[in-house]
Amino acid sequence: MNTPATLLSVRNLTMRFGGLTAIDDLSLEVPAGRITGIIGPNGAGKTTLFNCLTGFYKPTTGTLRLAHPRRGEMRLEALPSHRVARDAQVVRTFQNIRLFPKMTVLENLIVAQHNVLQRASKFSIAGLFTLPGYREAERQAIERAAMWLARLKLTHLADNAAGDLPYGIQRRIEIARALCVDPVLLCLDEPAAGLNPRESAELNELLLYLCGELGIAILLIEHDMSVVMNVSDHIGVISYGRKIAEGTPAQVKHDPQVIKAYLGEDEEEDVKGGAAA
Amino acid sequence: MAYALQQLINGLTLGAMYGLIAIGYTMVYGIIGMINFAHGDIFMVSAFIAVTAFTILAAADVTSIPLALTFVLIVSIFFTSAYGWAVERTAYRPLRGSTRLAPLISAIGMSIFLQNSVQLTQGARVKPIPPVLEGGIVLWDAPGFTVQIGWSQMLIIVTTVILMTAFTWMITQTPFGRQQRACEQDRTMASLLGVNVDRTISFTFMLGAALAAVAGVMVTVYYGVVDFFIGFLAGIKAFTAAVLGGIGSLPGAMLGGLLIGLIESFWAAYLWAEYKDVATFGILCLVLMLRPSGLLGRPEVEKV
Repeated sequence: MNTPATLLSVRNLTMRFGGLTAIDDLSLEVPAGRITGIIGPNGAGKTTLFNCLTGFYKPTTGTLRLAHPRRGEMRLEALPSHRVARDAQVVRTFQNIRLFPKMTVLENLIVAQHNVLQRASKFSIAGLFTLPGYREAERQAIERAAMWLARLKLTHLADNAAGDLPYGIQRRIEIARALCVDPVLLCLDEPAAGLNPRESAELNELLLYLCGELGIAILLIEHDMSVVMNVSDHIGVISYGRKIAEGTPAQVKHDPQVIKAYLGEDEEEDVKGGAAA
Repeated sequence: MAYALQQLINGLTLGAMYGLIAIGYTMVYGIIGMINFAHGDIFMVSAFIAVTAFTILAAADVTSIPLALTFVLIVSIFFTSAYGWAVERTAYRPLRGSTRLAPLISAIGMSIFLQNSVQLTQGARVKPIPPVLEGGIVLWDAPGFTVQIGWSQMLIIVTTVILMTAFTWMITQTPFGRQQRACEQDRTMASLLGVNVDRTISFTFMLGAALAAVAGVMVTVYYGVVDFFIGFLAGIKAFTAAVLGGIGSLPGAMLGGLLIGLIESFWAAYLWAEYKDVATFGILCLVLMLRPSGLLGRPEVEKV
């Protein structure tokens, strides 16, 4: 197996909130077309990393370079969050699901494609008069949504209000919606949380399909070791905002630093609580 | 009976205008969670723009009424939307992300600013226009009382119905409407999916202002006079309508507007005309005490 090109290169990333350093000089490479796992104890700065990636936080220092396959190099830290999704095609899901609860499942997926639709609608003018170009774009958007709904076994729920559906299903919808953005990098924040063993086995299968068949790079934060260890090509371990280990699942599992971070040392418990929240 | 029917017609006309203004309150509340207290004054500005446009038309000797109305509507919508955009850009956007109270105070400041600037530039006196639409149809010539629907009343009710239909369709069916609803439900998430939240908010303000502009033109045509202070009372009543219908709910704003218009008309006709504003604000108090989420609003559920 040859080494894949680097898709995202995180260099010396530091994120401080007042006196609290949530991420401390973190460097990390995310290869194209692979699954990269990020693990670490609670409050290690994993979610903060995602927030920096998607333009939600502006990093204190450091760079986030994305080598976009079609659009060249982009600096994610300099983009406002809507352009991270629109231009850089980096999209994330949330640990606590954030669907549009009052919209139908289908509408949720169509919102994610609104840039294409809006371009086709010439900012609502063609859309208002439902011109053929717009109708065609809308048909394609619905088709794409239908394709992902079918792939994630959600077709029969398309017209339900998203907020009324069970938790496990909402998680799948959130992933389907992210896929509608046509991502080059998909960031999943604990996608297996709250899933039963069968559902999380299905999730593994889905992630391997997205990465293996479609070549989407995935950055995965996960506590469920059965997911991370089975699907990741590469794992980075973060503790207190620093990378403490990196390697294949097998290497990481036996790293003494990692074992220490997970099993803990007595006095370290309450130092860095809310950084990830 | 005939008298009651007449009050119904008057109430619906009034209610349609309140409804149009109330939508601006409710949409802005829905998307950024603030009460835009300058909205009533945006409405007042639009009425002045209408007066100016009518004056220009009169000077240009335009006599066709449909042409004149179309022209005035377009001019007023255009300039009032620009006002709506500018108010959001200067008074609210810089305060986004600060405390909830800050934009509210800024809104009150903006309201005073608009009122005073119009007073300074246009004068404090009532501005009349020559009657545009006179007469109407006699619906029922009952003994002792004639029920009549004026052309201007018909214009107001028909325009409102058309606008509401178009507006509902826009919110439910078009990409802009979807974005608007997405931002309303979760702004952060919408932005992470590539929705330009700032632009959506700007557009919401412009849309609310455009509807207020229609109401402004209608008021000018209906009453024939405007002054710099009409925005205050109309604004507060439309706000009451939005709260009564359930703030954040678009059909609620329309329903609330109609109810307030009807209550005001009937109260003035059968009880004390001079206390009609008391009725409106009495309702505001009652709704806030008994059903704060309004008629069509859903109660806020604390998420844990």
